[in-house]
Amino acid sequence: MFTKRVVMRYPTKLVDKPIVSKLVKDYNLDFNILKASVTPNEEGLLVLELIGDRKNYTKAMEYLKSLHVTIQPFKHDITRNEKRCTHCGACITACPSEALVVDTKTKKILFNEKKCIACELCIPICPVRAMEMHY
Amino acid sequence: MSKTIQEINEKIKKGQAVIVTAEEMIDIVAQKGEKHAAQEVDVVTTGTFGPMCSSGMYVNLGHSKPRIKIGGGTCYLNDVPAYCGFAAVDIYLGCTQTPDFDPRNTDYPGDFRYGGGHVIEEFVAGKDIKLVATAYGTDCYPRKKLETMINIKDVNEAVLFNPRNAYQNYNVAVNPSDKVLYTYMGTLRPKFGNANYCSAGQLSPLMNDPFYKTIGIGTRIFLGGGIGYVAWNGTQHNPGVKRKENGIPVVPAATLALIGDLKQMKPEWLVGASFLGYGATLTVGVGIPIPILNEEIAKYTAVKDEDIFAPIVDYSENYPKVIPGNFGEVSYAQLRSGKITVQGKEVPTASLSSYSKAREIAETLKDWIQKKEFLLTDPVANLPGADSGTTFKFIQERPIKNGD
Repeated sequence: MFTKRVVMRYPTKLVDKPIVSKLVKDYNLDFNILKASVTPNEEGLLVLELIGDRKNYTKAMEYLKSLHVTIQPFKHDITRNEKRCTHCGACITACPSEALVVDTKTKKILFNEKKCIACELCIPICPVRAMEMHY
Repeated sequence: MSKTIQEINEKIKKGQAVIVTAEEMIDIVAQKGEKHAAQEVDVVTTGTFGPMCSSGMYVNLGHSKPRIKIGGGTCYLNDVPAYCGFAAVDIYLGCTQTPDFDPRNTDYPGDFRYGGGHVIEEFVAGKDIKLVATAYGTDCYPRKKLETMINIKDVNEAVLFNPRNAYQNYNVAVNPSDKVLYTYMGTLRPKFGNANYCSAGQLSPLMNDPFYKTIGIGTRIFLGGGIGYVAWNGTQHNPGVKRKENGIPVVPAATLALIGDLKQMKPEWLVGASFLGYGATLTVGVGIPIPILNEEIAKYTAVKDEDIFAPIVDYSENYPKVIPGNFGEVSYAQLRSGKITVQGKEVPTASLSSYSKAREIAETLKDWIQKKEFLLTDPVANLPGADSGTTFKFIQERPIKNGD
């Protein structure tokens, strides 16, 4: 089993097309929606976790590219401004995926981007606004 | 056997003083005992780095040509209003002040992205700040409007003057209600979703000198990355509260008013902060050296997180409505473990004060003293102590009589 998190951005003309159902039907991929912003007449944005066969995933990506959907790996979407972070730890109970944890030795707050599901809960919680979102 | 601060300073000047952090002192006292530790160690350094809302700066801008009397007029720094009820060009900016156009909590929960604390951080960082001031004009101060960029290096004085910092202990905030609360203790999720606390515990200055035997008015300290002084007791100073056997108060107790030249401070240690739905503030770095004058002080500075307790307070009812009572006490060791038990429920904990930065402050202060750049001071006067009768009162509301 292969799992990949991707940020999909697609042009206005594709917003009302059934793209995700194609991924399920034709490429046998399971999906979790992590974030969606799909409004008629605007650019569509989907953050998906795709689960399935690696070969099917590669074919699905080729299909999406043929439709001019831009695909980016998802992990860079939330970043931490290391210069601003004061390592207080206000974020750790907000994070549902344990991407933000305290290092028991240094007492610094570790940010594991691989575990981050980009729920954005940490962003307004951070007193110095060190957590930044990038799309 | 006891030492004086003068003797300790002589040792510092000769490079012979033994300086350790409050964390290191725990192990030293555990291994060697209080008596030996008191002989061996001369100074214990402490630190804390947390949001402290009663903080601000005063600035003398320098006179314009022709002169303007901003005193009694209006004044904005990067759109944040400053207080100008002083002489012509003296102003004070508090860290919780927000721009007039900020929607605050009318757009609930307010974001409070930029306030006085952020202006102070940028000013200390050497960034140019927009000054817009108006005045009514007088014969000696004819000008009515001043709009200019200013820089910390050009103003006459820039002084950080904080009426209340470095709380000796603080509440642990929880939310038993079924709606989210946006507080100065952070966002509290419903049904005991999280427990937020805010103290450096065993590293915190006043936890290491619980009866203010060495920290007093005039004490030289680390403030905002530079050198500062204890100016007075802080507002809401409440030393007469219940204490454990080790002398540590079990509720918020003493506070300090701090002052120092902002021009030698650093933006890493004065960081603007925003509390969702609550307001803007300033995160302040404070570090205080404690001279180990005798065994008793050695014992105090060896206090551990396991032996410091804080009350768990309901911020949905008890705190806002001032209803006495809490959900019991919890130690800082338990809080730092990541979870505590409240009303039989396991609750994850989060800190608003940075322990790693508190450690860095204590290390920095230790380094300054070792390099002979920082000498200790005798207090000019003591802070009101546990038996002083100083208390923390609520306002007694009385009807306003017409015609008075």
